[in-house]
Amino acid sequence: MDREALRQRVSELLPSAVFEEGGEWTTIAIDPPAWGGFATGLRSGAGLEFDFLFCVTAVDWRTHFTMVYHLTSTVYRHVLVVKAKLDHDRPVIQTVSDIWRTAEFHEREAYDLMGVEFTGHPDLRRLFMTDDWNGWPLRKDYEDPVNMIKL
Amino acid sequence: MDVSQQNTDNKSFPGEVHPTAGGGVLVTKLDEVINWARSNSLWPLVFGTSCCAIEMMSTAGAKYDWSRFGFEVARATPRQADVIIIAGTIVNKMAPVLKRLYDQMADPKYVIAMGACATSGGPFFYNTYSVVKGADHVIPVDVYVAGCPPRPEALLHALITLQEKIKREHNG
Repeated sequence: MDREALRQRVSELLPSAVFEEGGEWTTIAIDPPAWGGFATGLRSGAGLEFDFLFCVTAVDWRTHFTMVYHLTSTVYRHVLVVKAKLDHDRPVIQTVSDIWRTAEFHEREAYDLMGVEFTGHPDLRRLFMTDDWNGWPLRKDYEDPVNMIKL
Repeated sequence: MDVSQQNTDNKSFPGEVHPTAGGGVLVTKLDEVINWARSNSLWPLVFGTSCCAIEMMSTAGAKYDWSRFGFEVARATPRQADVIIIAGTIVNKMAPVLKRLYDQMADPKYVIAMGACATSGGPFFYNTYSVVKGADHVIPVDVYVAGCPPRPEALLHALITLQEKIKREHNG
């Protein structure tokens, strides 16, 4: 499927999706509440079949967070990037670990280091940091006077 | 050349062979012989936590070939190793593991801190929540190597420096 057809198909699935221009891949911004149902559509929708979630990222913009999901289809070989803007004080988004199993660990990582909460996640706990760790070390405003020497 | 002649010519051997009829007499000090033996058969532990380990493997490989100096038998268990080369970054979660490996090594044991991370935390000294700022916070270090990562020549130099250190030891 070429990019124009993919756009068309994605717009049908989620009319409120906003396309971003200038990226290497087709990129859309969505409202976080729409993510769960939209993801299901992307996974199994006719002509879409995004069966591989190959990257999950959380970005700290200080004013807000952005969750970035990179999806591809091993059937059609097309790629879609989905971005969702989250509140900085309480970043919450629905889990997609029930749709793409790989998200279970990706989301645990984002939770561990960025403090993004994934509702419905089966096992949301620390991944790299110790269980008793306080704070989210990859956040821009993270402070740790014991372990960190500030420059 | 007979054996006694070979030994006299080998300057690195600490002692003298006095040829006598039907053989020879070796005159030396036990301390020096022990140190000579230890320094020339240092078995390193297979331990690498980041890119320094790649340089360490290169040093072990055919091109730099650290077995020329007696390091060839890298051991996968600390109980058979004499020297641990800390080849890479030590993070807070790795520190207790490193300590345990060191504790499991049999005496005499030696430590080489290879590269900037193992020496001081290196590029991770500032603004990092996870990195130990120098492996000597965890275990005692005999030789430090500068570099990020150090070239194989630098590691070889460190190993030879360790050998020289061992040759000066007093065994109580």
